[in-house]
Amino acid sequence: MALLDVEDLSVTFARRGQRTVHAVDGVSFSVDAGEVVGLVGESGCGKSVTSLAIMGLLPKQPGLRVGGKAVFDGTDLLQLDDRSRRDIRGRDVAMIFQDPLSSLNPVIPIGLQVTEVLTRHRGMKGAAAEKEAAELLDRVGIPDPKRRLKEYPHQLSGGMRQRALIAMAVACQPRLLIADEPTTALDVTIQAQILELLKELVRDSGTALVMITHDLGVVAGMCDTVNVLYGGRVVETARRRPLFREPRHPYTVGLLASVPRLDAGRGERLNPIPGSVRDLLPWADGCAFAPRCARRVDECVGEPPALVLAHDGRSYRCVNPAPLPGTLPPPAAAGAAPAAEAPAGTAKAAEATAGPVPAPREEEKP
Amino acid sequence: MTESEFLVEVRDLKVHFPIRRGVIFDRTVGHVKAVDGVDLSIPRGKTYGLVGESGCGKSTLGRALLQLNPPTGGEVRFDGVELTTLPAGKLRSMRRRMQMIFQDPMSSLDPRQNVESILTEGLQAHGIGGDRDERRRIIGETLDAVGLPRWALSRYPHEFSGGQRQRIGIARALVLGPELIVADEPVSALDVSIQAQVVNLLDELQDSLGLTYLVIAHDLAVVRHISDIVGVMYLGALVEEAPSDRLYTEPIHPYTRALMSAVPVPDPDVEDRRERILLAGDLPSPANPPTGCRFHTRCPWAQPTRCADERPALRQIGGSRVACHFAERIASGELRPHKVGVQLTRPLGEGEEPHTVSAPTEPGSYV
Repeated sequence: MALLDVEDLSVTFARRGQRTVHAVDGVSFSVDAGEVVGLVGESGCGKSVTSLAIMGLLPKQPGLRVGGKAVFDGTDLLQLDDRSRRDIRGRDVAMIFQDPLSSLNPVIPIGLQVTEVLTRHRGMKGAAAEKEAAELLDRVGIPDPKRRLKEYPHQLSGGMRQRALIAMAVACQPRLLIADEPTTALDVTIQAQILELLKELVRDSGTALVMITHDLGVVAGMCDTVNVLYGGRVVETARRRPLFREPRHPYTVGLLASVPRLDAGRGERLNPIPGSVRDLLPWADGCAFAPRCARRVDECVGEPPALVLAHDGRSYRCVNPAPLPGTLPPPAAAGAAPAAEAPAGTAKAAEATAGPVPAPREEEKP
Repeated sequence: MTESEFLVEVRDLKVHFPIRRGVIFDRTVGHVKAVDGVDLSIPRGKTYGLVGESGCGKSTLGRALLQLNPPTGGEVRFDGVELTTLPAGKLRSMRRRMQMIFQDPMSSLDPRQNVESILTEGLQAHGIGGDRDERRRIIGETLDAVGLPRWALSRYPHEFSGGQRQRIGIARALVLGPELIVADEPVSALDVSIQAQVVNLLDELQDSLGLTYLVIAHDLAVVRHISDIVGVMYLGALVEEAPSDRLYTEPIHPYTRALMSAVPVPDPDVEDRRERILLAGDLPSPANPPTGCRFHTRCPWAQPTRCADERPALRQIGGSRVACHFAERIASGELRPHKVGVQLTRPLGEGEEPHTVSAPTEPGSYV
């Protein structure tokens, strides 16, 4: 039994007079203790909404619907009432946000913000709480923690703020940590420090970590299992090495081919994925990636592709996956091939359903 | 001097911003030395990549080069013409030949101007294209070059996706037919798959129009992809400059090495094998930079002699220019890295103690 089991999670935002947005649509994954699971995808793929839904942090507004299950250690987080959810949040499940400046309260000293967690969940008070808070800051590598406790968020540097946020998250030794783009706002050298810190936390305390990121490099260095999201769905799940060595879903293939790499040479052209994330089919009509996909066939626009389970626990959601290397042309070349072979009818269908907004597709010129 | 190999030559460029305090007297209490003595040359038709962490002065350098921020000192020669002393009118006509692409395409495009008006404005200001039809033709060609459809002309920026907005920004720079384009973080606001499209577009435009680029970015992988020469900046000065391939295969300066080793590579095998040089602490404040070599407070190779009191100049080593006293001995492996504790340097007048405070070592710092 995994520590966290997310089953068929779906989040929809409905608004009067507008099309219902399926931000997350049938996402399932599970996290074991001590495991690092990555959720990867571009902006708008639903990775942050997934994490907010699990934490129960989505703004309560009319039109919001959360379906499915997120079972943490036997309790379904989505069914909890606010009071018991607050008991779990911060104590058993904690979250680290992307932008440390906007997620810390600017008018309250760091110390108070850290001790707040300790008071709420561990019943510590006064000097004891302050001492513990100083130890926490020290543990995450903030120099001179005693003085830092009295300072306000604006007096700390970006890396330091992110460390303070991590200190708050690990204050109660949570069993599950959700990190939503923890390093996106930081410089590379600071990013390396923070990632190292997170790795250490996982290694030392056996905390499970859900790592949400758009950076494939971070995933390659951190995660045990990777879920690739596109258009609100998990399109591919695999262990780290197989995913990078032999990606099966055309989106994963395209993503890997389009990342500029430090160990590639000057003049090597990147192979971008044509189009943009806004080229969507309404999901009910087929694969969300179909309008941009080079391996599109007729079945893609018909109905949602089912999850295909392959050996060694990997799965992908595609009717025409990229071939395994060795059997046919290498995946990178297949992903970059022009979409010429796609039947004209399919293209027309995709065009017609592209939505009312003038979201003209950026096709790369040949 | 007219047809030199270099389109842009920068000598000892300095940009200092005053820090002012007080209401009535408005006195200057110090300077933020955003750019402090930079020498660089950009060959015609090549791409110069400028990398560094936020706050190192790379954007200020780019803006000072185009005279968008007046430099405090130094020279900027563009095609043999000294820009810093040029009268405003002449400078304006020179601007036609050097254009800029900004980071955030949404905030750098006027939301109430449609694409046609955005593109025509520059043409009108410089009096290019006699009549409306002539201008339309130039704009049409530019749109084709950046891969935007003609119907985009009547639309407004919010109707486009991020990648397309950046294309509009590129079209605005291109429409005047410039020779030099300064691109300040051209792709960092874009998603990975879109990023690749824009990087390729910049590459293609250089091939077809013979443009010279100064690309400013914090993403080393992107810079490596488009640059011929790369300069690494730290606290307002260049610490290393080398041809792109050489910089990435043989980084010499300790800061470059640390920077390279910190960039995640999307390949698990590489990630597991790699040795990481973790720098301790943060970038010191540019208002109160460390004495001597500015990197010595975080440098794992710092030596007790010279590093703290003598500022290293850029020296030619192999094919690179490096600002480090001990570059050769570090490269040969004679000097070994050591552990560095975090040091706190605070900006002048902020916090209680303006001097450095030693602090416990950081977990995960280099051992």
